[in-house]
This record gives sequence, structure tokens and C-alpha cells, in this order.
Amino acid sequence: MPVSVTNSRLIYDALKACDVHLISALPETWLVHLIRMAEDDPDMTLVRIAKEEEAIGISAGAHLAGVSSALLMQNHGFLAAINPIVSLALLYKIPLLMLISYRGHMGEKDPWQTQGGLVTEPLLRALGIPIWHLTDPQDVARRLRDAQTLAHAALHPVAVLLSRELMWED
Amino acid sequence: MLREEALRAIYPELEQRIVVTIMGAVAAELYTLGHRPNFFYLEHAMGLASSMGLGIALVMSEEQVVVLDGDGSLLMNLGTLSTLARYRPGNLLHIVFDNESLLSVGGFPTATATAAGVPRTALVRSPDELKAAADEALASATLTTIVAKVEAVGPKSFHMDLPLLENRFQFRRELEARRTQHAG
Repeated sequence: MPVSVTNSRLIYDALKACDVHLISALPETWLVHLIRMAEDDPDMTLVRIAKEEEAIGISAGAHLAGVSSALLMQNHGFLAAINPIVSLALLYKIPLLMLISYRGHMGEKDPWQTQGGLVTEPLLRALGIPIWHLTDPQDVARRLRDAQTLAHAALHPVAVLLSRELMWED
Repeated sequence: MLREEALRAIYPELEQRIVVTIMGAVAAELYTLGHRPNFFYLEHAMGLASSMGLGIALVMSEEQVVVLDGDGSLLMNLGTLSTLARYRPGNLLHIVFDNESLLSVGGFPTATATAAGVPRTALVRSPDELKAAADEALASATLTTIVAKVEAVGPKSFHMDLPLLENRFQFRRELEARRTQHAG
């Protein structure tokens, strides 16, 4: 599978460095190594969900209990979670560190991914959610740390878009 | 039974525990019985009270968490039952007040919870039955979903003199204090 293990490891180590102790995830090709790393880590609570909406509630609960979490989702999962992002995270000022695999963007060959790819950034901007793109392995640790710092300072969700360049080895 | 009677019957069990409720009648009725800093009322995001309770239960194993859900809310997040059943935290009690008023469901959540693999389930129709079932569930240290049949009657007023952000920060402070206590 041409998903980059090296860069998945970089991302996972960066999340550990951010003191993330809970990760929610729904299986998705680009995230498969990250999910396995979380599963194999005895110090990580991995919550495999049925739908991304649940992840917003789980992370809200973890935050109110004083634990930092991260959400792994595909951009179509972000689309599925928009209502709870608005009516829980934004309403109650809950920080969310959302790592979103950016399908349907430049280089996409699958027609069915493209519509979601086209609307992802406009929708994030409409919600006022700050966006970091992860494309360069050298930026991973710094950008994830800075994204989490802003989320906690602003008590607001942030989106880190995982690009094809980083995640996929053609 | 009336939901208000049901809540009154289990209030002593709720008082010291971490409680997450859904919006509307459940929140207003619990608030009227007596607000506590360890009570969080999720005033929107229907269906996610159980997900929030799961998030808290998984990271605060020293505490017992009670989620007060409704049949309508549960139907908006049915996937939560399979997620609860996968992780089955023994410190989580999930009570579903079923007034069959959004959909005529007649016991459907019980069947669903059992089929999803929730290890303990119960169906109760009176305050005494609910209290007994809640006591048993809390003593069992096993994830339990209780479906409590209630009439589709709400409080006269939904007013709560508690802005939602005040509730949010007060609840987080209380949980923080308990974590510090457990750590020390």
C-alpha cells in the first residue's frame, strides 16, 4: 500500500510530543498506519467510531476531563461532522485538533473524491476554522504543535489538512 | 411514570457522579431538582451526550459517569451504541428516557442496545424499578444501558438560570479538581 509509513510515523510522533492521549478515528486508507500506530501504543486511547459526529462528542468529553485529543478523519468525515462542530465545538468553545486527509485535491484520480475535495477548504473557511496544510515532512512537528497551541488558546477547532504529497507515495 | 419522578428517584445516585444530559426536558428537570458543578447539560448537538460521556469515562477511570439520554436523541446517533459496546467502560451508565414521542419505537432501543453488544441492558417502567436497576448497574462496574419508559410530558418551563458557557467552564473546573484529587 503506497501510504507513507515514514510520514505517518512523523505525524504520530508529533501528536505524542503534543501530549495527545486520545485519538478517535474512522478507517480510511490514508490514515491506516496512523490508526495502527495508535492501536499498538499502550499509552494511547484509540476510539474507533461508527461516524465522525461521535468524535466531536468524544473529544469534547476528553477536553472537559482535561485530556488532549486528536481527531483523524477523511474530508468527507469532516463534512459528516459539520453539525456537531457548530452545535457542540463552536457553541461550547471546545478546542479540536482535526487531522483531515485531503482527498479529491490536486493529483486525485478517483472521480468520486473530487466533489468533497472542492468544498473542503471553502467550508472550513465558512466556519472560521484555521487551516494548516501539511505537505513537507520537515513542517510536520512544528505545524501540529502550533495548531494545537492555537486550538487551546482560542478554545476553537483547527484543521490540519494531510496532503497527497505527504501521505501517498506514487 | 413521569421522567421527573424517575429523575427524583435516582437523584441521590447522580449527586456525586459525573452526569451528562441531553437538552430540553431532561436538562431542565434535573437542573430544577438541584444543579451540581459535576452536571453538564448538552443544550444542542442531539445524540452526542453518550459520546461525551464515553470520552469522559475513558479518560477518568476513577469516576463513574452517568449519561441521561432520550430515545429521540439516541436515534440521531445510533452508531454510539456500537462504539459504547466496543469499549464498554465499566464506569459508564447510560440511561435512555423513552417517551416514544419522536418516533413510535416501543422498546426498540433496548433491542438495539442488546444487539449492538452492550453487555447489560434493562427496561424499567417505574421510579422504583429505575432506582433498583441504576443501583445494580453502578455496583456491577459493567457498561449498562437502561431504557426507562416515561410519559411524553415535559416541564412547564425550560428556563435554566445557567448560561451554557458558565456550565461548561464550571464542569471542567470540577473535573480538573477531581483529577487532581485522584492524582494526589
